[in-house]
Amino acid sequence: MSHPGVTTESRLVRMLLIGTAGLIVGLLLLMPLLAVFIEALRKGWEVFLASLHDEAALSAVKLTLTAAAVSVPLNTLFGVGAAWAVTKFRFKGRALLISLIDLPFAVSPVIAGLVFVLLFSPHGWFGRWLEEYDLKVIFALPGIIIATMFVTFPFVARELIPLMAAQGSDQEEAAVTLGARGWQIFLRVTLPNIKWGLLYGVLLCNARAMGEFGAVSVVSGHIRGETNTLPLHVEVLYNEYQFSAAFACATLLALLALVTLGIKSAIEHFTGHRHHGRH
Amino acid sequence: MSISIQSIHKTFGGYKALDDISLEVSDGSLTALLGPSGSGKTTLLRIVAGLEFADVGSGKILFHGENVVNVPAGRRRVGFVFQNYALFRHMTVAQNIAFGLSVLPRRRRPSGKEINERVRELLHLVKLDGLERRRPDELSGGQRQRVALARALAIKPKVLLLDEPFGALDAQVRKDLRRWLRVFHDETGLTTLFVTHDQEEALELADQVVVMRNAHIEQVGAPQEIYDQPRTPFVYEFLGNVNKLAAAAGPAQYVRPHEIEVKFAAEYEPASDRLAVVQHLFSAGPVASLSVRLEDGQFLEVEISRKQLDELALSEGDKVALGFPISDNR
Amino acid sequence: MSKRRVIPGFGLSLGFTLCYLSLLILIPLAALFLKAAGLGWQEWWRLLGSARVLAAARLTFGASACAAALSAILGLPVTWVLVRYRFPGRRLMDAMIDLPFALPTAVAGITLTTIYAPNGWVGAWLLKLGIKGAYSPVGVFIALTFIGFPFVVRTLQPVLEDFAKDTEEAAATLGAGRWLTVRRVVFPMMVPALITGFTLAFARALGEYGSVIFISGNLPMKTEILPLLIVSQLEQFNVPAAAVIASAMLVVSFMLLLSINLLQRWLDWQKS
Repeated sequence: MSHPGVTTESRLVRMLLIGTAGLIVGLLLLMPLLAVFIEALRKGWEVFLASLHDEAALSAVKLTLTAAAVSVPLNTLFGVGAAWAVTKFRFKGRALLISLIDLPFAVSPVIAGLVFVLLFSPHGWFGRWLEEYDLKVIFALPGIIIATMFVTFPFVARELIPLMAAQGSDQEEAAVTLGARGWQIFLRVTLPNIKWGLLYGVLLCNARAMGEFGAVSVVSGHIRGETNTLPLHVEVLYNEYQFSAAFACATLLALLALVTLGIKSAIEHFTGHRHHGRH
Repeated sequence: MSISIQSIHKTFGGYKALDDISLEVSDGSLTALLGPSGSGKTTLLRIVAGLEFADVGSGKILFHGENVVNVPAGRRRVGFVFQNYALFRHMTVAQNIAFGLSVLPRRRRPSGKEINERVRELLHLVKLDGLERRRPDELSGGQRQRVALARALAIKPKVLLLDEPFGALDAQVRKDLRRWLRVFHDETGLTTLFVTHDQEEALELADQVVVMRNAHIEQVGAPQEIYDQPRTPFVYEFLGNVNKLAAAAGPAQYVRPHEIEVKFAAEYEPASDRLAVVQHLFSAGPVASLSVRLEDGQFLEVEISRKQLDELALSEGDKVALGFPISDNR
Repeated sequence: MSKRRVIPGFGLSLGFTLCYLSLLILIPLAALFLKAAGLGWQEWWRLLGSARVLAAARLTFGASACAAALSAILGLPVTWVLVRYRFPGRRLMDAMIDLPFALPTAVAGITLTTIYAPNGWVGAWLLKLGIKGAYSPVGVFIALTFIGFPFVVRTLQPVLEDFAKDTEEAAATLGAGRWLTVRRVVFPMMVPALITGFTLAFARALGEYGSVIFISGNLPMKTEILPLLIVSQLEQFNVPAAAVIASAMLVVSFMLLLSINLLQRWLDWQKS
């Protein structure tokens, strides 16, 4: 039965390759994931739960959720608008616009934080003006939200643009000839066709928004209980040698990652379409 | 409703897609826009529909005397059937057909019951009774095409436009659907304009054929007229098989394979006939096709009936005399 | 008269896109360049030429390149197995590939540090071989490999999936053995994707911060990466230095983005 076809390898080679791939994925990816949970529970459930009930941890969770709750919807709106503009119309500078949307992927998160410090810190461009009105951006919630928006900017657009480009505009044009108007076309024709891609983009955007570290770290000022997001809280605990607590909080973020991957797999399974994002 | 297209120009970037196109389509006619790809026929159809806009300052498009150039596509009351049907994949057949009614402003929108009734009528009209709840991907190509047609008809269009209506279908379905569409058109009397690159389709189906090439209209006329009296070499070559005979002086002569008369070499008349040698015989089918070589070395294709072939008892290598029709402007 | 369009929403969607893009991305980035440009060339050379910056640049670029290369080497058999073979656990393995995309970098950072620390699962074992895992350039390299790995697999995967088996069959009918077919037919076809994957992983690694700073130990001149150097300059209120280093990094990143776009075109062209 195991007669190898002309386009596959002998059984032995296949087993060896599968074993090698398993080893690579196991050592490189699976081991760190397991380590998060093992380290978190090293001192038992009580320490684990206490670390999560800690006030600073709770406020970090709250801040993380708040930042995501603002930045993800805004970037979703942007992503849909940008995808509509560049896939349904041809105009001068379109190719440039598509490249510019990718720009934040090429920017180190640290630099993303830095640019907002330059703009909004007391010595920055708008520093004096902000001070006059007693507004705080850097080392405060607005700065965290803006930095998060910067780094998660392309996710939804990146998912939608290839999808909508591949689908073309035939269905929208058909809707036009049948008398449908602006929002009717989007809500009744376009949206149902892109909903899975949109959901996937939102999911990735959210995962990154909640997990963002570098950019937020630069603008947050690390004020415990005030401007620490969950990833920053993990850092603080780790640097204070509270390893079990750090890993306990890290499990929340790891679970977020697992849920994201799970839903991604489910969407792919459901739609039979594979997403090859680069993020 | 009649359509009058008056000196329409269209350029894409620097590329001329339509150059001064004028055309009259009479009320209730079935007109084919025929041409090779890139001839501008689809662009013209899309401009009539309002899916594309003619160059600023160029001519007019009149629907029953009224200029619709500034009327948006959604208000032109045009039924448009896309080449790949553009059915809404996430909707059922019934939802697809009802779409044009359900997007009407509330005060003009029929009630749910009325819409359902209309959907049923339309499905009956296109012979798809009972398929309301199917989704487009559960239908065959021919069924999809008819759903697209029903969807376009739901808004009670004044004009029906079809872009390559049979392009995506296989040969047999194509033939059936073509006949069905002709009958359908005669029953509804809807002014219909369709785009095709298939000359057989255009000649068989249309009342009026518009042959297009390189952004121009080459010839407009009834199918018979276009076939029998082609006005340009392009039309001659594009419609049906044709032999091109190089002449010693003057322009080349065109002659269709069935127009050539084949006689015994003994009946040769030097004044009008030419002598040739039979190179190959293809006699499978109702018509026999001969490949012959003239004395000057040119090859011609000739078609004769099987009966005539038997009478002549030809075989390869035989010498024959060929009689040519009297040509005027060829 | 503006151009008429059939599908509605052009002005709204493009206007919103341009405003949002300008306010959030373009103007802030321009501000950074302006800030840095205001210092003059001499200051640029002085800051970028300092021993500490050069050491950090060497580590950042060196470790990123090595990590991207290792990702490419490891990614090849993993992608092959995922695309070509069916085995229990394949879907799980496929889903796991994206873990570094989804796992917050800080979590990756502390976890990798714990594993590769001298008393960690792998670190202790490495130490016996005389290799210091965490708190050394090796640690930086490990973290960046973790981060870059999925870029290679996800770039190779669609190419290998689309790869027409009949080309391989043709090679086989021409008498090529399996290994020869893979080496001479399949592998060359994958080179563009491999280069693209490498470049993506490399570009991402250059800017990486969260997963590196825990494992690197952050010793100036030894294990300090460029993003960390920016942060430490900022913390010392040396804003000009931070801006100059960041601008220089951005220029490199933009050039990489440009080459990635060109590579992507190459890939698309190859596919069609």
